[in-house]
Formats: sequence, C-alpha cells, structure tokens
Amino acid sequence: MDNENILTGKIHQALNNGRKALIPFVPAGFPSKKRFWDVVLELDDAGADIIEIGVPFSDPVADGPVVEKASLRALEQGVNLEWIIEGLAENSPGMRAGIVLMGYFNPFLQFGLQDLAQKARKAGANGLIIPDLILEEVLPYIDMFKEHDLAYIPLVGLNTPPERLKNYAGLDPAFAYLVSVMGITGTRAGADKLLRDKLTQAREAFNCPVALGFGLSTKDQLEPIRDLVDAVVFGSALISHLDEGKSAGDFLRSWR
Amino acid sequence: MKKGYFGSFGGMFVPELLVPPLAELEEAVNRIMPEKSFQQDIARIYKDFVGRPTPVYYCGNFSSELGFDLFLKREDLAHTGAHKINNTVGQALLARHMGKTCLLAETGAGQHGVATATAAAMLGLECMIFMGALDVERQSINVQRMELLGARVEPVQSGTRTLKDAINEALRYWIAHQQDTHYCLGSAVGPHPFPLLVRELQSVIGREAREQLLERTGKLPDKVVACVGGGSNAIGIFHPFVNDLEVQLVGIEAGGSGRTGDNHSATLAKGSPGVLHGTHSFLLQTPEGQVLPSHSIAPGLDYPGVGPEHSYLKDSGRARYEVVHDHEALEAFRLLSGKEGIIPALESSHALAWVISSTRNIEPGSQVLVNLSGRGDKDLNIFRKAEQDTEN
Ligand SMILES: Cc1ncc(COP(=O)(O)O)c(C=O)c1O
Repeated sequence: MDNENILTGKIHQALNNGRKALIPFVPAGFPSKKRFWDVVLELDDAGADIIEIGVPFSDPVADGPVVEKASLRALEQGVNLEWIIEGLAENSPGMRAGIVLMGYFNPFLQFGLQDLAQKARKAGANGLIIPDLILEEVLPYIDMFKEHDLAYIPLVGLNTPPERLKNYAGLDPAFAYLVSVMGITGTRAGADKLLRDKLTQAREAFNCPVALGFGLSTKDQLEPIRDLVDAVVFGSALISHLDEGKSAGDFLRSWR
Repeated sequence: MKKGYFGSFGGMFVPELLVPPLAELEEAVNRIMPEKSFQQDIARIYKDFVGRPTPVYYCGNFSSELGFDLFLKREDLAHTGAHKINNTVGQALLARHMGKTCLLAETGAGQHGVATATAAAMLGLECMIFMGALDVERQSINVQRMELLGARVEPVQSGTRTLKDAINEALRYWIAHQQDTHYCLGSAVGPHPFPLLVRELQSVIGREAREQLLERTGKLPDKVVACVGGGSNAIGIFHPFVNDLEVQLVGIEAGGSGRTGDNHSATLAKGSPGVLHGTHSFLLQTPEGQVLPSHSIAPGLDYPGVGPEHSYLKDSGRARYEVVHDHEALEAFRLLSGKEGIIPALESSHALAWVISSTRNIEPGSQVLVNLSGRGDKDLNIFRKAEQDTEN
C-alpha cells in the first residue's frame, strides 16, 4: 500500500522476514541523560523495528515499580519533553526504527497537544502512546493527530470487551497494543487461554497488526501465543538488563 | 454536558484496564442506588450506625462577639469523628450489592482509611488500605485503629510516600483485583463516576443542614463555608444549596505556612488545570505538568489536586475559594475549643478561621453556616507541636 502508516510498515516488514517485530521501551534519560541516545542508537543498530521512548511523569499509575523508578530518576535529572524532542531531532535522521513517544497525558497537555504533534513529528516521532487517554478522551484530538501524520496507538487489555475493541479499531490505528497482564491469578493454563482468546478477538476487531506487551521477560512466554502476535514490546525486562550494566544490543539480539 | 464532565472539568483519564470496573460501577450507581431497598438500607445505616442526622449547632458565645449568627453542621459527631463515614458506608453497601468481597482505599492521615475499615467491618467485607510510608509513621494511632477494625494496611514507599502515591498504588491494585474488589475512593475526586457518587453520598450533609436551618430560623443561610481538600465535605454541603442563588458558597483551601517557596495545598487558588488521578481539574504542577508535592498542617487537606466540580463552580463563579494559612487555622482551633466546647478538626478549622477573620466582610446580623467536617482530638499532637515551635 502506498499510504501505509510507517509504523504499520515496520511491523509488516519484520513479518515478511519471518519474525515478530521487536519494540523495546526505554524511559527517556535512562540509564543516564548522557547515555540515553547511545542506548537508542544501539537498539536501532541491533534491529529494533519500533522504539518506544518513555516520557517521564511524576505519577505513572499504569506502570510497575521498575518503570516508575526510572521515570522519577529521569525527572530528577531534568528530562522533559523539550529535551526529548531536541535529542530526537538530532538522532533520528540516521535511524531505521520507527519512533513512538509513550507518556501520560498531563505533560503532553501542558506542552500543548497541537504544538507537541507538530514538533514531535518534525523531530522524527511517528506515533504516540498515552496510557491514560482512553477512547472517549482522545476523540477531540484524533483528527489533529492524523493531520500531523502522528499515529495514536491504543492500549487494550484482557478485560476490554469485543465491542470496545471494535470502537478502537474504528480509529484506524497503526497498530494495537494488548497489555498482557492484569495480575489475574489462576492457573498458568487458564491465563494462557484468556490471552489466546483476547488476542483472537483483537485480531478479528483490528485490521492493523497487534502487539503484545507488559510483563514479557523471556522468549518462552511467547510460545503458546506465537501464532497470534505480530509484535512484542518489552519494558521492565530491558530496563533491568540495562540497570545491570549490560548492553541493549545483546538484549535485543536474544529476542531475534 | 459530556458524560462525566462538569463544564470542561472531570472526565475519565485512566488506563484502559480500569474502564470495565468503572463502567460496572457507573452501572451500579445508576441502577442499584436509586432502588427503594438501597435507599432504605442506607437511611437505616445513616441513622443507627453513623448517628445521623447530625445536629446544627448555634454558636451563641462566638456569635455575640462576631456580630453575626454562626451555625455549625456537626459532622464531628458522626461515627468515627468525621464526614468521611457518609461516603464509605454508602460505597460499602453498593460494593456488597455488586457482589464485591473486598473494599480497597487510599488514606492520607488515616481518616478515610478508618472510615473505610469501619464500613467494611460492619458489612462483613475484607479491607485493604494503602497509605504513604511517611504517613504511616506520622499517624500510627490510625494505623492501629484500621488494623483493629480488621484492615490490612500497606505502606507505600514510592514517590513522595504520601497520599497521592497511596492513590497511585490503590489504582494499580484495583487494576489487578477488579473482579472481587471495589475501590472506595475517599473524596469527590478521581475519574467518573467517583465525583458524582461521592457527591451523592455526602449531599446528606447539605440536605439535612438546609432543612434544619429553615426549620430553626425560617430562612436560608447567607453563606455556607467548608474546607476543601479533595472537596467531599464541601460539595456535600454545597450541592443542596447550588440552586439557591442567594446563598453564597465559600470553599477554603489550605495555604500552608504562607511563606514564599513553601509547599501548600491551595489548588484552586494557585494551581492550573491539568490531569491527575483520572480527572481534569485544577492541579498543583510545574509548567511541564509534573505534579508538585503539597503541604498543610491539616493532614486531610494535604493533596495537590481537587475535585472537578469545584473547578467548575470556581470557573462559573457559583462558588468562591479562599485561602487560610496554618497559623490562622491553629488559632481557630484554639478559639472554638475554648469558647464553645467543641474541638474542631484542623481541616474544619480552616473554614472557621476564614469566617472569624472575615468579620469585616460578613454583614452584621447575617447567618453563616460552617461545615464542621470533623473533630480535632486526632490533631492534638500537631497542635501541641505547633505551639511549642512558636514558643521557641
Ligand atoms: C475532618 C476532615 N475534613 C476535611 C477533609 C478533607 O477532605 P474533603 O475535602 O474531601 O472533605 C478530611 C480528609 O481527611 C477530614 O478528615
């Protein structure tokens, strides 16, 4: 397709090469302001298809302790949207991976959404993930994002009903992102079935690729659902890996 | 108006994973709460368990000095010593109708935690309370009360280790345990439908007071004054007067020490619109949208956000919001105790302090109703320490 979204295209490219698309998430300014862009370039080098850059927020309610700590550490170092956009403008020209900014709504809102869309796109971002901006609340902005060619990527969960998946599909997103954990207790087999069922529903609802994320730490976890997933996102596992002083490239290569 | 909005304030800014439990709650609010049996049950609990109606008291000693008639709505006499119980017994009853077995709550100073644990014990529900680790240290008596009532108290180590972080943690816990757990949010804040639900339950304060004053004096008050933390006691007493346009509604926020650079909790007076904990409302934040730490000598007012309906009432001009500082609240605390034999909560003392210091703005002979949202026994340590600090 001529006018296929760039992020959709990245995922299709990976699939055409017979593998899942790899989407690493790194909080901006992690492990330090100085090293962050090197980590991004290293991930790009190692074959990341899309890189999610986390925009720090003081109160990240959808994240676990690992991401929250990284987020607060970034804030202490003075990481903000301006710094991210500036660095992105410098570093994105040579990169192959698609770029997504992932952050809570308030910092975007205070920056000004129109301004953000314009500047982020110009700097090389291709999409936004905003975990606390659900369907009803994103509607006022969706046309403006489209105008700026900035994709809005919806997050859906194991508890999102099929009708609502369809409503999200109506936004025509570049890809959909299924959050795989809820802390739902029960047998492993039960959890796998729940996940399989939801992935199947998501594939029915969305025309676009479906990515799976949250709580992925080993490749084995993918086995039972391999056939239903187009892309995988990793956050906490990568952060912990980097925190041990290990290389981003090694981490990604272990997933290829 | 858009669903869940008060003008441009409110909404539902939450992770998608919370949409199903919020939709389930909204459905229960619309379907179960209006039922006659629910209304009868809640009326009985208010009467027999909470001790409602709470009286309206005419402050004879104080009024003659002030030159106008001061009435107090005595929420300090409600069970557990504050208005918080009106909300928790209502939500607990609703949770039981919804088939939930566990009541989850955040707490700052512990007042809402105690009120939630109390409601859970009475209705046979499990109870899980998140409390900032710093607050656990500062308010150990309330931790003991909650535990005695059968609640599990979980200290929160993240962020500023206070109320706002306890709410973050409670939201996370709710995401994982939504099937059997109801989140009993403690103020008129948070995502839709919480601001409406909490208002509905706290409005019993204003309905009673309106009737009690009419019966006693034959007229409506000229001013209704309440302290505003998240805004539940204030919206509870304001709401039944909102259409009585001749009644002035005044919300009092906590200004902290008043020294420049010090943290405070005057969200409406000094904040700007933003999104925290699921709602678009006034917020204490940096220009970049990071939430600022708050402070007040009154632990219950120590929150950087405020309920969206107050933002709307401020914007529309129907209510006005003023700021009172720590030392003024302490003085009101002392005065009411000595003059009327009522020890007010430091939170409520903010509302009283504004009334006392506004004698020039309040016309002689007028009638002022203050929501005495809680009793002050819990605050004696803070009061004593503040007295010592000023002596030294
Ligand atoms: C006695 C009392 N008054 C007022 C408040 C403030 O809460 P709100 O603004 O929701 O009434 C609290 C909170 O703990 C309280 O304990």
